[in-house]
Amino acid sequence: METIKLTIDNKEVEVEKGTTILNAAKKLGIDIPTLCYLHLDDLNIENKPGGCRICVAEIQGRRNLAPTCSTKCEDGMVVKTHTTRVLNARRTVMEFILSDHPKECLVCAKSGNCELQDMAHRLGIREIPGAEYAAVSTYKFDTSPSIKRNLDKCIMCRRCEMMCNEVQTVGALSAVNRGFMAAVAPAFEQNLEHSTCTYCGQCVAVCPTGALTEVDNTPDVLRALADPSKTVVVQTAPAVRAALGEAFGLEPGTLVTGKMVAALKALGFDYVFDTDFAADLTIMEEGTELLDRITRHLKGDKTARLPILTSCCPGWVNFFEEYFPDLKDVPSTAKSPQQMFGAIAKTYFADKIKIDRKDMVVVSIMPCLAKKYECQREEFSVDGNRDVDFSLSTRELAAFIKQANIDLHSLEDMDFDAPLGESTGAGVIFGTTGGVIEAACRTAYEIYTGKKLDRLDFTELRGFEGVRAATIDFDGLKLNIGIAHGLGNARKLLNDVRSGNSQFHAIEVMACPGGCIGGGGQPLHLGNSEILKARAAAIYNEDRKKPLRKSHENPFIIKLYEEFLEKPNSEKAHHLLHTRYFDKKKKIIVKQ
Amino acid sequence: MSQIKSLADLKKKREEIKTGLDVRIKAIDPEKHVQVKVAMATCGIAAGAKPIMEFFIEQLDRRNIPGIVTQTGCMGYCYAEPTVEIKLPGKDPVVFGYVDLKRADQIIEKYIKEGELIDGIIPVNYETIDSKE
Amino acid sequence: MHLLVCGGTGCHASESDAIVWNLRDELEAKGLSEKVQVILTGCFGFCEKGPIVKVMPDNTFYVQVKPEDAQEIVEEHIIKGRKVTRLLYHDPLTKEPIGDSKHMGFFKKQLRIVLRNCGFINPENIDEYIARDGYMALGKVLTEMTPQDVIREIKDSGQRGRGGAGFPTGLKWEIASKSKSDVKYVVCNADEGDPGAFMDRSVLEGDPHSVLEAMAICGYSIGASNGLIYVRAEYPLAIHRLKVAISQAREYGLLGKDILGTGFNFDIQLRYGAGAFVCGEETALIHSMEGLRGEPTIKPPFPAEAGFLGKPTNVNNVETLAAIPIIILKGAGWFNKIGTEKSKGTKVFALAGKINNVGLIEVPMGTTLREVIFEIGGGIRNGKKFKAVQTGGPSGGCLTEKHLDLPIDFDNLVAAGSMMGSGGMIVMDEDDCMVSFAKFFLDFTVEESCGKCAPCRIGNKRLNELLNQITEGKGTMSDLDRLKNMSNVIKDTSLCGLGQSSPNPVLSTLNNFMNEYVAHVVDKKCPAGQCKSLMEYYIIPENCVGCTACARVCPVNAITGQRKEIHKINPDVCIKCGACKEKCKFDAIIIR
Repeated sequence: METIKLTIDNKEVEVEKGTTILNAAKKLGIDIPTLCYLHLDDLNIENKPGGCRICVAEIQGRRNLAPTCSTKCEDGMVVKTHTTRVLNARRTVMEFILSDHPKECLVCAKSGNCELQDMAHRLGIREIPGAEYAAVSTYKFDTSPSIKRNLDKCIMCRRCEMMCNEVQTVGALSAVNRGFMAAVAPAFEQNLEHSTCTYCGQCVAVCPTGALTEVDNTPDVLRALADPSKTVVVQTAPAVRAALGEAFGLEPGTLVTGKMVAALKALGFDYVFDTDFAADLTIMEEGTELLDRITRHLKGDKTARLPILTSCCPGWVNFFEEYFPDLKDVPSTAKSPQQMFGAIAKTYFADKIKIDRKDMVVVSIMPCLAKKYECQREEFSVDGNRDVDFSLSTRELAAFIKQANIDLHSLEDMDFDAPLGESTGAGVIFGTTGGVIEAACRTAYEIYTGKKLDRLDFTELRGFEGVRAATIDFDGLKLNIGIAHGLGNARKLLNDVRSGNSQFHAIEVMACPGGCIGGGGQPLHLGNSEILKARAAAIYNEDRKKPLRKSHENPFIIKLYEEFLEKPNSEKAHHLLHTRYFDKKKKIIVKQ
Repeated sequence: MSQIKSLADLKKKREEIKTGLDVRIKAIDPEKHVQVKVAMATCGIAAGAKPIMEFFIEQLDRRNIPGIVTQTGCMGYCYAEPTVEIKLPGKDPVVFGYVDLKRADQIIEKYIKEGELIDGIIPVNYETIDSKE
Repeated sequence: MHLLVCGGTGCHASESDAIVWNLRDELEAKGLSEKVQVILTGCFGFCEKGPIVKVMPDNTFYVQVKPEDAQEIVEEHIIKGRKVTRLLYHDPLTKEPIGDSKHMGFFKKQLRIVLRNCGFINPENIDEYIARDGYMALGKVLTEMTPQDVIREIKDSGQRGRGGAGFPTGLKWEIASKSKSDVKYVVCNADEGDPGAFMDRSVLEGDPHSVLEAMAICGYSIGASNGLIYVRAEYPLAIHRLKVAISQAREYGLLGKDILGTGFNFDIQLRYGAGAFVCGEETALIHSMEGLRGEPTIKPPFPAEAGFLGKPTNVNNVETLAAIPIIILKGAGWFNKIGTEKSKGTKVFALAGKINNVGLIEVPMGTTLREVIFEIGGGIRNGKKFKAVQTGGPSGGCLTEKHLDLPIDFDNLVAAGSMMGSGGMIVMDEDDCMVSFAKFFLDFTVEESCGKCAPCRIGNKRLNELLNQITEGKGTMSDLDRLKNMSNVIKDTSLCGLGQSSPNPVLSTLNNFMNEYVAHVVDKKCPAGQCKSLMEYYIIPENCVGCTACARVCPVNAITGQRKEIHKINPDVCIKCGACKEKCKFDAIIIR
């Protein structure tokens, strides 16, 4: 490793060649302020367009100031990060940025959680000179089932663009227009709804301001709760409990399952259930389908296509419907846990408590923004009544709890309600990358081999590598498992499937880097990948602590099949728990 | 068009084409060439300067003498029209009077080619702006 | 005899094509087609008086020729041998017609190296280029010189990039030649975008082969076999001539495989720009060619290391390239005798503004501004007083009376607070308001900023707004400090050359014409009388006879007064159109 020496603020530091000044300064404990810069170490995500010019510093012998986020160290370099020239420039540039930003923090979704606000505070900006005649650039407002775009608040950090293009390879967002009128928008300045957007929400997750936010469904949910004629049922996804605490000042990775249940009850939900239950159900259906397809495939049945792809992530479903419609018979037909839950709640459970599905409102708490779109898909409703009525993100739930002046910290832990609140560890790990396929392996192995697993932790399937591969020995049948998180990584595996070069029998795909724990609806990680790791650790912890860790052992799942569904992949199960996919490739018609 | 396959080919090609541009190339630096100025005012034209000028253009070319033939206004020697001024590189201009085709031929053969003066020279008694510079 | 008719864009727009047809028709009718050739050439540079027809070999220079003049030219000049005095250029001082272009002030001080063939050859006929030693330099390079020899020759010549920054061309080539890669590119930057500049366009239109030849020479010396010309789509004539030139060069085998039997391959393609000023910046230009958004990225990496498609790329400006063949043929020693110590050769300028001879000129480096403006340019229009000259376009600064005897070269201009830029030269007279002038350029930069970095995107807009305030009389003295601070910070922090130089017009006018700024903010007066908001039309009571002429002509009824009584202008209603002042026969109306 080649190293070089340089001096930053009169302190000498030795760094690896290729290190940026920003990182070299960090080594010395010098925290140069940054705005557009974003770096997620282990996920290989970096945004450094050098656009905001907040991180500038003085380099001896250089004519102008250098952006430290994107300037590499050189041997013998002398850097000063807080000369009056630097401070004046930083302040003036910040004044520029603020002068082109709406001053409506009072009603902004990001208020209190806004990087621009924080930076204004940090740099001590108290007034914006010339604000009385300074024009503010504006752009048309756009809303979609999941994401709202208010580009008046965009500061052109280009993080969303980087996420959408480089990480997710979705290509829905890119810069349009020039100069003062520059904005980030879909091609031909279409609305998001008419773009290739998958609603993965990663753009929202990295937006430093209120330019990109989720569609807020809290008022809808509040209205349902306030309606005495409605029975309101809530389900919570596994990744939510591993991150909700962060919104209340708890350390990342703090599990708040019991407090979350208590808070939901306090909010007035009639039944607090767990999406993990539906995750166990998903494993039963998807695992059975997997075994069936593999068995048929091995017998030479040409219609049994491999690999089988998981289908529980709605962003991912949107992605292959858009980009790989030719492969739409490859993914598992199993619905996502959210939708399986809704289907069961509004049939089996509604029957149980003897109410009409129209009087039941199903709310989901999800780490995800694509779930908002998913629950609105036409095929997931019966006579216009949705299986899942509303989906709230983790952030919306946190805000809702705060609105209701509920002190999360002081709540006594409570348990999920029965019967749809019971789950195994297998359902819990759905929340992180590799979890779905690990849960599927636990069940599929025991069903296929008829033997008990002596080791439940498939550590070979865990980790943060974008694309992972492992071979699991099903008592002689060697199954090649592929895992991808982040749609860009998924695309790589999909391209292999399309060209017939895939060696895998099954592939798990999660649209968001890190899986659901890194979802677009989670509390913002603001570029700190340690937070994602802590959330994943919390989820594996919860799994370890569960008395039951295999989906097929969930007594309520067994009962559900006995009482209602008969057996996995039965006709009834197919009707309620499986779906089909559509070719949604955008056809661009150019008018002559 | 055929391909040019070597530098020698290119040079050959250049020489072939160059004559076509002669008129222009020589005008860049007239001092290096024989300059023939035919007085073409009304009196000159009336006295037959036009065919003389054409003769010079044609014959210099035919006899491979790099020269520029241009017209000029009345030189003031109306009695001796057509008049022609010849300027050889590095030499003072010489004006010939009563130029007909035969004399024109002599001028080319004797004066331009050999530098020998022939009869009919009109003494030059003026300065041009150029010569002052 | 040859009749050269200018086919540059300006003359082309004034129907020079029709002149050619008419001349040919006339000659045909008189049976002279054999003896007299009519040739459409590139720009002569004397655009002020176009269309131009030049008669060779007697160097007769006809100006402002109309198609219907063809008959007279043929009958008088060609047949009778009498110059058409009416169409000759008349000396602006002596009013005497000038028969020989060599005696015109406009051409006397010029030295045409880059423009050697412009207005001399038919740009659409490769033979004429070859007759002028065209492709001989390429032949010499390929047969007699090693790539290192070529680079050394260019280095020794002292040639510096004519695009604006003046980077040594030989050094640039050397860096590109040392980059190791299987594929390299030579790019010609023909994205000329300064307001009023048309040097590159004229070269491409008048002598396209010189650029093609130079690119091939560059390709040989850096090890590239691909050339790209990035030319703006708004230059249709230049594009047409380039296309013709490329196809003719290919037919002759002077582009393509195994050029002149030496085994060297080189071919050139065109890439069209959409006319964004920022795409003249080389990284933005490369991104634009790659099909990406035309915006700059941080250097390093420099294009010489990673440019087009990530491959080493050498980018040179049109004018830089056009001088290369002649440098090779005549030698570095010939070239470096021309010019000043650090700036060798000649520079092409586009003269514009309040100058008599608007047009394109080429002078040796070291020529003084006075010579350019007063001798070649023929002085200030309408006998007005010279006030300032802007060099370097929107990136440059203004130079004043005290700089008139400054020998023009790269370093002197920078030292004087301006820059060479690509060669636009805009002359201002006493009627020009310097604040408005700075605003004019800011209007341009605001329009042309790509919007990537905050200081350029927002800062320039703020500068422009503040200048607007000042021209409207709403500025204060502290605004002038703010103007200066903002300008300095924008220069110091912007990402690319556009933003780093965009405040120059503001800073240089602040430096040289502070008194004018003070007049605007303190006295609320515009000394040049150009800022409408600061003008007041006033009727001198002593001079007014009450004729009512002014009141009747006023479009907004701002003037009141009875017949034979003194009239008054209501300044709140007056729109400052000046109609009253024009109408008044008694000089009673003044601007104050």
